[in-house]
Amino acid sequence: MDSAVEIKKEGLWTGGRVPLGASFGKLMMWFFLLSDAFTFSSLLVTYGYLRFSAKPGWVAPDHVFQSFPGIAEEGLPLVFVGLMTFILIASSVTMVLAVEAGHRMDRKGVCTYMIYTIIGGLMFLGCQAIEWTHLIQEGLTLTYNPFLVPVGVENAGQHASIMFGDLFFVITGFHGFHVFSGVLLNIITYFMAANKVFEKRGHYEWIEKVGLYWHFVDLVWVFVFTLFYLI
Amino acid sequence: MSSHEIAHNNDVEVEGIQYDSHTGEEVLEHKLHHVESSKKEIWKVFFILLAITVLEFLVALVPGMRENIGKYGTITIFFGLTILKAFYIVAFFMHLKHEKLNLAYTIIVPLLFIIYLIALLLFEGSNQPVY
Repeated sequence: MDSAVEIKKEGLWTGGRVPLGASFGKLMMWFFLLSDAFTFSSLLVTYGYLRFSAKPGWVAPDHVFQSFPGIAEEGLPLVFVGLMTFILIASSVTMVLAVEAGHRMDRKGVCTYMIYTIIGGLMFLGCQAIEWTHLIQEGLTLTYNPFLVPVGVENAGQHASIMFGDLFFVITGFHGFHVFSGVLLNIITYFMAANKVFEKRGHYEWIEKVGLYWHFVDLVWVFVFTLFYLI
Repeated sequence: MSSHEIAHNNDVEVEGIQYDSHTGEEVLEHKLHHVESSKKEIWKVFFILLAITVLEFLVALVPGMRENIGKYGTITIFFGLTILKAFYIVAFFMHLKHEKLNLAYTIIVPLLFIIYLIALLLFEGSNQPVY
């Protein structure tokens, strides 16, 4: 009686299905993030390789990251980076809230949460700039590491742990560049939402894609944080 | 008559969920049911992430904690907590848990190669001559 239904029943390969249940754009964003995950993991695995080959030790993170710029020169290990982590997680939350507001077609909500997300991103970048400046002032460069060698071990581990500055600046720099691009994307998204572009389109799917990217940046930070600052 | 129906309603239904044929998105009416619960879920995940981070700080900073647990113990704990955090971000913030299982597999399975890379290079690294 109903040929449309019959066509659907004919099989998986007759068309009209969305196998992954996601739009082209969203799917491509996922694949881009997958490739980006490989890039970041190659950088981080290189870090692991060099760190494992630095016998008998590596620089102690509690020692390197013990200052809170502007408040204390030493004695506050990991507090500053803790603040940065909190800022990034919080901005991730406001991003999800923006996506959720988009599902409800709530333009004002989207704009508000996008502003919060942009502020969070800028604060993170500011913190990173301060931290970099501080470490450079202490003498850490791409080729020189002033925090060399655990105390009491003569000359050991020097060669590989000279790479510390190199790895630190390249990996956090690459991540920071992702944050920077994310902030730009967020600003563009804010103006698109404010100018009712998404209302005309009838859906806020763009925000979901930008949101995926932003959460990925947060995700990478979780790993950078553990590998550089905690272990 | 039936061909008219196709022309007007080109949404696709897969496993009981309606997808818009252009965007592949779940049709909006369906989503509205999730709104209340999803906001709660977002804040729940936020506090879980916060709690995990605080736990990491406690392990890292409480005096004597690292020594008590031992070097490999701490590394295991940090990695475990990191993977847990990653799971919450990917599953709930990036909505992978609410996507189709096919999509989740497409993304996650290739990542297994990274585990291989890690194992390979850390093994090689630890066998390097001492510099």
